Amino acid sequence: MPAVQETVERVRALDVDQYKYGFVTDIESEKAPKGLSEDTIRYISAKKNEPEWMLDWRLQAYRRWLTMPEPTWARVSYPKIDFQDYYYYSAPKAAPKSIDEINPEILKTYEKLGIPLRERDALLGIESSGGSRVAVDAVFDSVSVATTFKAELAKAGVIFMPISEAIREHPDLVKAYLGSVVPVSDNFYATLNSAVFSDGSFVYIPKGVRCPMELSTYFRINERNTGQFERTLIIADEGAYVSYLEGCTAPQRDENQLHAAVVELVAMKDAEIKYSTVQNWYPGDKDGKGGIYNFVTKRGDCRGDNSKISWTQVETGSAITWKYPSCILRGDNSQGEFYSIAISNGYQQVDSGTKMIHLGKNTSSRIISKGIAAGHSENTYRGLVSAHRKATGARNFTNCDSLLIGDRCGAHTVPYMEAKNASAQFEHEATTSKISEDQLFYCLQRGLSQEEAVALIVNGFVRDVLQQLPMEFAVEAQKLIAVSLEGSVG
Amino acid sequence: MLEIKNLHARIGDNEILKGLDLTIPLGEVHAIMGPNGSGKSTLSYVLSGKPDYEVTEGSATFDGQDILALAPEERAAAGVFLAFQYPIEIPGVANMTFLRAAMNAQRKTRGEEEISTPDFLKLVRAKAPDLGITQDMLRRGVNVGFSGGEKKRNEILQMALLQPRLCILDETDSGLDIDALKVVAQGVNALRSPDRAMLVITHYQRLLDHIVPDVVHVMHKGRIVRSGGAELALELEESGYAAYGQNAA
Ligand SMILES: Nc1ncnc2c1ncn2[C@@H]1O[C@H](COP(=O)(O)OP(=O)(O)OP(=O)(O)O)[C@@H](O)[C@H]1O
Ligand SMILES: [Mg+2]
Repeated sequence: MPAVQETVERVRALDVDQYKYGFVTDIESEKAPKGLSEDTIRYISAKKNEPEWMLDWRLQAYRRWLTMPEPTWARVSYPKIDFQDYYYYSAPKAAPKSIDEINPEILKTYEKLGIPLRERDALLGIESSGGSRVAVDAVFDSVSVATTFKAELAKAGVIFMPISEAIREHPDLVKAYLGSVVPVSDNFYATLNSAVFSDGSFVYIPKGVRCPMELSTYFRINERNTGQFERTLIIADEGAYVSYLEGCTAPQRDENQLHAAVVELVAMKDAEIKYSTVQNWYPGDKDGKGGIYNFVTKRGDCRGDNSKISWTQVETGSAITWKYPSCILRGDNSQGEFYSIAISNGYQQVDSGTKMIHLGKNTSSRIISKGIAAGHSENTYRGLVSAHRKATGARNFTNCDSLLIGDRCGAHTVPYMEAKNASAQFEHEATTSKISEDQLFYCLQRGLSQEEAVALIVNGFVRDVLQQLPMEFAVEAQKLIAVSLEGSVG
Repeated sequence: MLEIKNLHARIGDNEILKGLDLTIPLGEVHAIMGPNGSGKSTLSYVLSGKPDYEVTEGSATFDGQDILALAPEERAAAGVFLAFQYPIEIPGVANMTFLRAAMNAQRKTRGEEEISTPDFLKLVRAKAPDLGITQDMLRRGVNVGFSGGEKKRNEILQMALLQPRLCILDETDSGLDIDALKVVAQGVNALRSPDRAMLVITHYQRLLDHIVPDVVHVMHKGRIVRSGGAELALELEESGYAAYGQNAA
């Protein structure tokens, strides 16, 4: 059998039982009644001890959502979602007050995922491997269960806490920025999120502060039939810098689970935000059963002059991904970047890309997208680059490469470009290639196995993007790439 | 010892090897010459296990082991190495990374430990300069942007690091300038050893001035049609393959 054919067969036989994060944590949880209504929203808001203004904000979003149609333009297909069939809030019983009070089962879960929650362990574990420290916020179903290094961050004036806490403790900041990048009425899923979001992270870096460590949030969906609607808000004030990492996993379940997050980034004058994601939600089994629906709205606003926002994503999980981390380049000379690796296998469907909206003068953006499709999957890059009338000197460079493994998968590139002023310079490159028989044989002849060969070639293909990730994440991402393309060969 | 008996192989419906016999004892270097299309590369692919080539008859053993029964990566681990006529590019995979992955993969298959980083670096530093492989070429993607001659030298570097026991060199001399030819020949000669067999495929006597073969074979239409000493190459250089019913290509 030709080598590529054989690889394809193996990948096809992929048994997603290999998804090593697919275990369930056995804990008692407290849930809102199933389904969605104003009562559900009041329940969530009450659980979070929210002020009145927050409840009103949610209810307005909900009423708006009721009038909105589900979007259908993405190149993905799935049975109609019954929004009444989900739980919109689930929390481990007895919320912990400190790390020592966290249910040991949850701590174990994060340990299994390789995420140290105890600061001491975090120090030991992460410092020894990479040299830098990472503060972690862990979100389990609908609530944040622990945030590490809080005190040390506070010393630098950095606020890093669950957004539910920020709503109570820093209402002015939250009020000023929440919904200012992704308006409540932005799109169907963002509006739904605005109504029912339960937790997520809040970050504020004050003027002139370079955040002393990487910040990171790990999202974990555990409960059955539970939607996760996290909301993240990151503000880098003038001259501030922060690098933020996001990771996600979920147990293996036969039903599809809904994940509809909203992430808003605000970069003021001279500020820089680097946002990295390693998304590894459960992708479903080999027949396409189960898996997470990942409908996410991520947007950054380069609000001040000379600001910079950079998105890096490694997407390997989810049954369906619908996600376009974008930049609004409002400030003059602001810069937006999007680096993406999207891998689809089995019956996964990915429709992902970015929007770079050039509004300010001399703004520049850079898009590097690497899509890898295997199995029966469909992988679409969808991107928009636009320059406003006043965005003189706007520049964009886009490079979109697709790699196909086998012949039952598809890769598609859908670039939109709109330049409303003549001085804009947009450059677009796109390639589609296959792993060639000759490349594979060359590797095999040198002693690599099929799987090692495929992983090596794919890692080479995505190298430009991997280099953008912080060290620790790059290593993790590299392993993840190998695992997500693995066949069932032992 | 490499022992090939009555080997028939085809690609699709096209039979290319038609009853080939060849024996190379350990410690010897044999050269194969022959007109274009006679099946020399095919032989090298069949021995190294390239998919698409189907063996229909005959056998090939190395030290008594049936190599045709092994997967390509198992053959590599058993010591079969092919220096490709056209080395392949692998963009984004640093040459160093590839070398190390290959070494470790073979070690793993043989049940040996991985090579440590310092040991690996030491090895590379010891071998690369002699072959004119620069730091830059080690950092670049495998063969990406390498000149024809650089690619060939890179093949020899891989061979020197992997220390195979059956070395097959497919036209490693083509595209080399005179100096590079000497460098490559030195690299190959350095590997000559009593427990290694080598098969050198070439069109030109000039390589054999530097790598003096123990035996020269003439391949024609998928078979070895004549064998002789090093002087046979000189004779072929004079008279071409006309004696085998072949016009100049
Ligand atoms: N994939 C293929 N499909 C069909 N025929 C093939 C294929 N590959 C090789 N051949 C044929 O097999 C024959 C032998 O080819 P091979 O490459 O082994 O010759 P060679 O002796 O190495 O020639 P050269 O000296 O030009 O390198 C040629 O006639 C060639 O056209
Ligand atoms: Mg040839």
